[in-house]
Amino acid sequence: MEETIKVLNLNAYFGNVQALKDINISIKEKMVTAIIGPSGCGKSTFIRCINRLHEVVPNTKVSGEVLLDGKDIYSADVDPIEIRRKIGMVFQRPNPFPVLSIYDNVAAGLKLNGIKRKDNLDEIVESSLRMSALWDEVKDKLDASGVSLSGGQQQRLCIARALAVKPEVILFDEPCASLDPISTAKIEELILELKNDYAIIIVTHNMQQAARVSDFTAFFLMGELIEFDNTQDIFTKPKDKKTEAYITGRFG
Amino acid sequence: MERHLDQELADLKKELIMMGSLVETAIFESIEALKQLDRERADKVISDDKIIDELENTIDEKCLELLALQQPMAVDLRFITMEMKISTDLERMADLAVDIAQRVLELADKPLLKPLIDIPKLAIIAQEMTKGAIESFFNLDVALAGKLILRDKEADALRNLVQQELLDDYISKNKKTIPRAIPLLLIARHLERICDHATNICEDVIYMIQAKVVKHHPEKLQEI
Amino acid sequence: MAGFREGKRRDKRMSIYKRRKIINKLMCTVALLCAILTLVPLISIFGYVLSKGITSVSLGFFTHLPKPVGEPGGGMGNAIVGTLILIGLSCLWAIPLGILGGVYLSEFGNNKLGLTVRFTADVLNGIPSIVIGIFAYTMFVLPMKSFSAISGAFALGIIMLPTVMRTTEEMLRMVPRNLREGALALGISQFRMIVSIVLKTALPGIMTGILLAIARIAGETAPLLFTAFGNRFWNQSLQQPIAALPLQIFAYAISPFDDWHRQAWAGALVLIAIVFLMSFISRFVIRLRYKFPTSR
Repeated sequence: MEETIKVLNLNAYFGNVQALKDINISIKEKMVTAIIGPSGCGKSTFIRCINRLHEVVPNTKVSGEVLLDGKDIYSADVDPIEIRRKIGMVFQRPNPFPVLSIYDNVAAGLKLNGIKRKDNLDEIVESSLRMSALWDEVKDKLDASGVSLSGGQQQRLCIARALAVKPEVILFDEPCASLDPISTAKIEELILELKNDYAIIIVTHNMQQAARVSDFTAFFLMGELIEFDNTQDIFTKPKDKKTEAYITGRFG
Repeated sequence: MERHLDQELADLKKELIMMGSLVETAIFESIEALKQLDRERADKVISDDKIIDELENTIDEKCLELLALQQPMAVDLRFITMEMKISTDLERMADLAVDIAQRVLELADKPLLKPLIDIPKLAIIAQEMTKGAIESFFNLDVALAGKLILRDKEADALRNLVQQELLDDYISKNKKTIPRAIPLLLIARHLERICDHATNICEDVIYMIQAKVVKHHPEKLQEI
Repeated sequence: MAGFREGKRRDKRMSIYKRRKIINKLMCTVALLCAILTLVPLISIFGYVLSKGITSVSLGFFTHLPKPVGEPGGGMGNAIVGTLILIGLSCLWAIPLGILGGVYLSEFGNNKLGLTVRFTADVLNGIPSIVIGIFAYTMFVLPMKSFSAISGAFALGIIMLPTVMRTTEEMLRMVPRNLREGALALGISQFRMIVSIVLKTALPGIMTGILLAIARIAGETAPLLFTAFGNRFWNQSLQQPIAALPLQIFAYAISPFDDWHRQAWAGALVLIAIVFLMSFISRFVIRLRYKFPTSR
């Protein structure tokens, strides 16, 4: 299986505080990799280093390499904006743009980058909304504001928006944390569908979710990668005692 | 961090140990009943089986509840699922003790066909394996479990011996011995089956502790 | 014995409770009265001006030029138009500057420069408008050797600038970080993100700030005294003096003519009406834009 992303000796800092210590990990394509760990262990920082969002916060530093299809995304000749188009992200709280309609929200990544051909956009918007299982619910109100939908629908809108720019990798940062169980189930189903075409990384607090949805699981603790293995083994026979203590609820 | 689940798991363990000791007793009593040709003892084994059956139900229900409500992972998950399997094996072993008791009832009004030599030996192996299996569960003793698995061969050999002797020396020579020979043959079979179940328990214990599957893979025993 | 003590305790609790209730009611009433009291100046001013000026407001008032000294009649057409022109010119330069400045402060301004600019803006806000007028006089009137609409717009613009900039900054800061990150994560450049998403989202709030700033400068008199200066005729060129409502009202009010006093009241009424209109429009705009609930 192809390695879409290879992380080598990744270190990340907030000012003087080191948030990630020497992370080495491979993310495979067409697979879902879950990142679990207690609060503050560096999971969100990690995925923000993958799509170069970490550096947007002032006073931060990143060292090490993140190879996307073999090329380091942090090398000097790489444009972070290009990277963020190839590596999409869905956030914890759904964040559709309130000033844009549903249609424009989905098309935002394209329209705001100069792609304006109407027939192209129509097609892309419809296929993205179909892929995120939202088309039937919104096809008659594409002009309504992006925030006129329910929480679960808003999150699917954000997913459609991320899909519209045709990324290679999709990062999910606790995507169901603010959703009800039914919306959560819908999004989990969606992720299982999406993995047929994308490499997916999902950060989650919910271990049962990680167990349900992912093929590989990485356990982070205090900025370090403690264990990385296929999900089945992590949850039935973890190798590291710390991993076992976390997943059995003895701490965290 | 002490968890509510830890208390539940400790209680489950106690129940299984208790079930185990009841099964040990049942096997012992059934063999004593055979040695003494004691109808009363045999009847008691049969009637006491109900308690063991109930225990299996209780344990299974409790395990299912914990699986549904607590979503246990890793070692806890292995513990609970193996506990369910071990309780099934114990219940079968108790049923086999009942079978032995029923054979005793069939033999009780006649004199013994021959002095019992090999059957008691087989019975001792069965009892030791049963006791050992439960001990390995209680003490989380992988080494003991491994040793016991290897003893199963002995039991198989003894059963074959008894079978051979009864077939060759009695059944084939004199049809009139059949009503007294068959029950003895069956008792040997029952005892050997008890050893098989004890072996299952040991394999489950190894999986529970080390997450290694040695069931149906005797070669893996070297690795534990 | 125990029952008796219980009873006494219960009574004490009741009286404490009653006392608290009374104090609560009292303070609520006092607060209500104070709130109502604040309406009094507003209502009395408006009522008084309305009563004094309504009779003099007519179509002619809006279209005619002032008549020469002593002659009755005439209107404040040029002053009304002049005020509108001055507002327009001030907005032309102060709004873009203020918005862009606000954008810098909000998006990039967490540094020494940002602190300095913020402090300066706040100080500028507090400078007396007449001092700003003198500054404009020095910067424009002296070199141009003439009073002009341009110098007036310059002075008014300086008054508007801090308000527009700070409001823009505040409104932009209120846009949740979530939205910015969402835009960046799509591979949108920072500039695009700020203009098309953040600024657009904050627009209603920013427009409110602008309208309030306009309402303020509409009534400023002191800075216009020696910049716009006033004009008895229609303004022909922006480099020439221009009439403005506050100036005209001032000139008429201190005159000895009753007719002019009458017109001054009418002018005051029109001026207040313009300010009220601005406030209403800004409220209306917010309610329109915020029909859609913003994401929390």
